[in-house]
Amino acid sequence: MTQAHGPADAAPATVHGHAPTGFIRKYVFSLDHKVIGIQYYFLALTAVCIGMILSLAMRIHMVWPDASIPFFGAIKPEQYLTLMTMHGTIMVFFVLTTAPQSGFGNYFLPIQIGAPDMAFPTLNMLSFWTTFLSFAVMISAFFVAGGAPLSGWTNYPTLSAIPMAGPGEGLGEDLWLISIALFCVASMMGALNFITTTLDLRAKGMTLMRMPLTCWSWFITAILGLLAFGVLLAGGILLLMDRNLGTSFFVPGGLVVSGVPVQHSGGSPLLWQHLFWFFGHPEVYIAILPGMGVASQLLSTFSRKPIFGYRAMVYAMMAIGILGFMVWGHHMFMSGMSPYSAFAFSFMTMAIGVPSAIKTFNWLGTMWKGKIRFTVPMLFAIGFVSLFVSGGLSGPFLAQPAIDIPLHDTYFVVAHFHLIMGVAAIFGIFAATYYWFPKMYGRMMNDALGKIHFVMTFVGAYCIFMPMHYLGMAGNPRRYSQFTEVKYLAPLIPIHKFITYAAIITVSAQLLFLFNFFWSMKKGKKAAQNPWEATTLEWTTATPPPHDNFGGVTPVVYHGAYEYSVPGAEKDYIMQTDPTPVPAH
Amino acid sequence: MSQADMAMHHPGGVMTEPAFAVPARKMAIWLFIIADAATFAACLVAYGFLRNGSPSWPTPFKFSPTVINAMVMTFILITSSLTMLLGVRAGKAGDRAAAFRFTVITAVAGIVFALLHLREWMGMIHEGVTLFHNPWGTALFGASFFSITGLHLTHVVGGVVALLVVGGRYKAGRMNADHLEVVGLYWHFVDLVWMFVVPFVYLLNVAR
Repeated sequence: MTQAHGPADAAPATVHGHAPTGFIRKYVFSLDHKVIGIQYYFLALTAVCIGMILSLAMRIHMVWPDASIPFFGAIKPEQYLTLMTMHGTIMVFFVLTTAPQSGFGNYFLPIQIGAPDMAFPTLNMLSFWTTFLSFAVMISAFFVAGGAPLSGWTNYPTLSAIPMAGPGEGLGEDLWLISIALFCVASMMGALNFITTTLDLRAKGMTLMRMPLTCWSWFITAILGLLAFGVLLAGGILLLMDRNLGTSFFVPGGLVVSGVPVQHSGGSPLLWQHLFWFFGHPEVYIAILPGMGVASQLLSTFSRKPIFGYRAMVYAMMAIGILGFMVWGHHMFMSGMSPYSAFAFSFMTMAIGVPSAIKTFNWLGTMWKGKIRFTVPMLFAIGFVSLFVSGGLSGPFLAQPAIDIPLHDTYFVVAHFHLIMGVAAIFGIFAATYYWFPKMYGRMMNDALGKIHFVMTFVGAYCIFMPMHYLGMAGNPRRYSQFTEVKYLAPLIPIHKFITYAAIITVSAQLLFLFNFFWSMKKGKKAAQNPWEATTLEWTTATPPPHDNFGGVTPVVYHGAYEYSVPGAEKDYIMQTDPTPVPAH
Repeated sequence: MSQADMAMHHPGGVMTEPAFAVPARKMAIWLFIIADAATFAACLVAYGFLRNGSPSWPTPFKFSPTVINAMVMTFILITSSLTMLLGVRAGKAGDRAAAFRFTVITAVAGIVFALLHLREWMGMIHEGVTLFHNPWGTALFGASFFSITGLHLTHVVGGVVALLVVGGRYKAGRMNADHLEVVGLYWHFVDLVWMFVVPFVYLLNVAR
């Protein structure tokens, strides 16, 4: 089943015998990576619904500050900050980190490399349930006295360090930190599992350079997670100590909050920013890299062409991963850092443009003169590239301190990061969902609904986030609860209204997706084993795949993942498991 | 090199063993060590950041008792790494009794280390050093001292438990020398971290 190792290692770890029959072992505390992948996916689906409702409430409050919103009532400014904090936290951690990596990665990494399961199934189960616990703790922050915290998903001290600094900064903030600490632990367990699986459990013939780019992206993302989450964990624990044990790591002396002097001295709020962004910048690549992998995979499959520059794609992802650890300071230009440091961070940040451009060039090169099939997953993959470029182009602006400092606290930054790490990554998740749904549930998702969903989401996302660039340049600050009372912003209110209308329509369009998802699960057209005529291993197995993925057969791999339209070949694609030699081309 | 070229270079079935195959469990502990090292590094960097940023960082440690105590603890921990090595080697050679004996000796050394550490902690607390106060200057001194040595001490205690559990299961025949090696790797890591804690947290703060 795997490469032979020492008798006591590797092999036995993955074999857990027959498929379990009881409901609990099969669906709840399952060791099967496919079930765990789906569990992660549904966790993310729940989280994204909550996050989306929070954003809608914020948008409505912004333009109609006195409106009474169902479930929320009339929103007060501090409640607005709570919504913003929880929206960011839930979306970044429980959606963008969870769905593409832990969800799809769990389900498809082992199958795509020809393994029967992850290297450590029990650890895999443990990491899901730790993530679940983390999510439950995070949501519980809404319901405690004082409510959820209001210090933003970046959770900067001193606001986050002093319990009496705001309504949500008591128990709610502690729960936030505990939840994030749990999430760090779960993510590190998951990362460890992904890396070991990729390195140790590849089928015979599956060399690293034959892996689908999806596997490369999950692998590199796991390495980033392994290195980044430990730092956030350290920061989180130190902040918990500041809050509960009287230390002063992040709190300077001489503070007076609500007329009461604070009994802390000597600490530095900047220290938290360093620790947080040392994690936080790799984190945005953790969110986007799996989307890049999926886009590469789909653009090649549906253009019926080999991926343009496979090795360049792999090296570009590695470069993005490495550079991602050297640029955290560009989030802190506002902190008054030395211009020399700012220059270094700025330079490294600009350098990330090079591998990003290589990837974009190769995606376009892949589609160039291809026989493109405009299926729904392909549309979302193209949408991913579009949003990646649109969101990415504002990056080189913000990478320069001279431009970032005036724009930093405006909607320009909101537009930038939502387009590139929010919506682009979400498009990667949608592409992956439409693409792999037939393998996961044995049925196709409805094509017409999918296309309507794509058009509405794609146009909607641009309508929401493009005008925000303009708002930012016009000086509209971010993280403010309302603008209607501010005179110089009055001319911008119509734009805010437009964005809110666009958000309502775009969020409503997601109901189409939810309906399509659950309806197709039961009523969709039955899927063939390989409906997209793709080459990778998951399309060689039964639908849905059996407990050990390949029904007792051990796959042997003969080709890379992108043998499309090979001249002289019988069909326009050659499966990775097809032993016939590829004609020279 | 194109995909097709690669296919030509590696016809299926020729590839059997990856060149650098590391057994899964051993790889897992290495990866854990990397992740854990990031956590320790973050704490040490935070300490350096705060230390450099504090105008009056105290340097209260005297040669006796603090430095002597730290040297004794270091000696014990390094020795325990040696006994761990001997235990793994005995295990690989099939000498179960010796391997078990060395594993227990390692765990006992870990316990002695922890006790010496706790005794030092009690002494310092008695002198008035806490997480938020100390007699010599900035409160961050006590906070960072107890946090970093506490994180390390937690790892030592966890290691002792792991050594005893794995050792016991090894003796009962339910685990093999590979398991000893894995727990041994962790133990060496705990030792290695201490090699950073001693100069940064102790020697830098010796009274001049």
